[in-house]
Amino acid sequence: MITLSHYIVLGAVLFCIAVAGLFINRKNVIVLLMSIELMLLAVNMNFVAFSRFLGDVSGQVFVFFILTVAAAEAAIGLAVLVLLFRNRSTINIADIDSMKG
Amino acid sequence: MNPQLFQLICFYAFGFVTVAAALSVITLKNTVHAVLALVLTFFSAACLWMLIDAEFLALALIVVYVGAVMVLFLFVVMMLDIDQEKMREGFVKFLPVGLIVAAAMLVEMLGLIGVRAMHAQAMGANPATAAGLSNTAWLGQALYTKFLLPFEIAALILTVGVVAAVALTLRTRGDARYESASQQVKVNPRDRVRIVKMAAERPVDETPAPPQESTP
Repeated sequence: MITLSHYIVLGAVLFCIAVAGLFINRKNVIVLLMSIELMLLAVNMNFVAFSRFLGDVSGQVFVFFILTVAAAEAAIGLAVLVLLFRNRSTINIADIDSMKG
Repeated sequence: MNPQLFQLICFYAFGFVTVAAALSVITLKNTVHAVLALVLTFFSAACLWMLIDAEFLALALIVVYVGAVMVLFLFVVMMLDIDQEKMREGFVKFLPVGLIVAAAMLVEMLGLIGVRAMHAQAMGANPATAAGLSNTAWLGQALYTKFLLPFEIAALILTVGVVAAVALTLRTRGDARYESASQQVKVNPRDRVRIVKMAAERPVDETPAPPQESTP
């Protein structure tokens, strides 16, 4: 029998994989963006599971909005990436240091 | 077979595929392969959502993510000329740190969830079916009544996203030739064409031309 905890544990595992991805792929912006998408998926997994468990529609509505915002974020993020590559000919994080932060 | 047992087997199968694909997203060397692994992750996550009766969101995940966002990712990855080897620098260096942080977070989260409570919180009956609706109708009724304003704002965010993405990547090349409609409309014929009055034919010149001096 599937329980709430199954889905929450799966969401936690996905989230931790995404955090590890942020750490080990520090050079590649595209993989960083994909790790963020994985994090959003983990959060969505929790929302869907709780919505089903509590019988409340709000969780699924929220997942709907997260999908919307994530799509817009991915589009703008990739546009910035293309612009960056066009101007600097690299997407290596280590080379993008002109702001000296 | 007991349907609940079958559901559990399905959950573990899809969950295993999801986790394995997520792991390959962050470890694969080729970025194109990583994007394809992310597609597999989203697909099996959609199957998992289908398993707990979130049919609309599962299909939306496939249509929006696999169909649109991942294709956009693939497009950008293939368009950019990336040095794969240089991107892998520091992979081994940061691997222990990443693993330690991720493992610590996982242990903390699992501690919060409480593995002992694993079998205490069974999913109840499908709330949409209990209301006599399909999942899509259930979601849609909430979306168009209670959440109408956020729904409109979401549409606005998408529009802003489109405009921003186009405005960011639009460029005017210096060597391209454009036509300016306003300049074309406001041009005056007198600026372009000069009409010269002259006789229709020239009078024949009677005097012979001077002899050409030959150069040595």
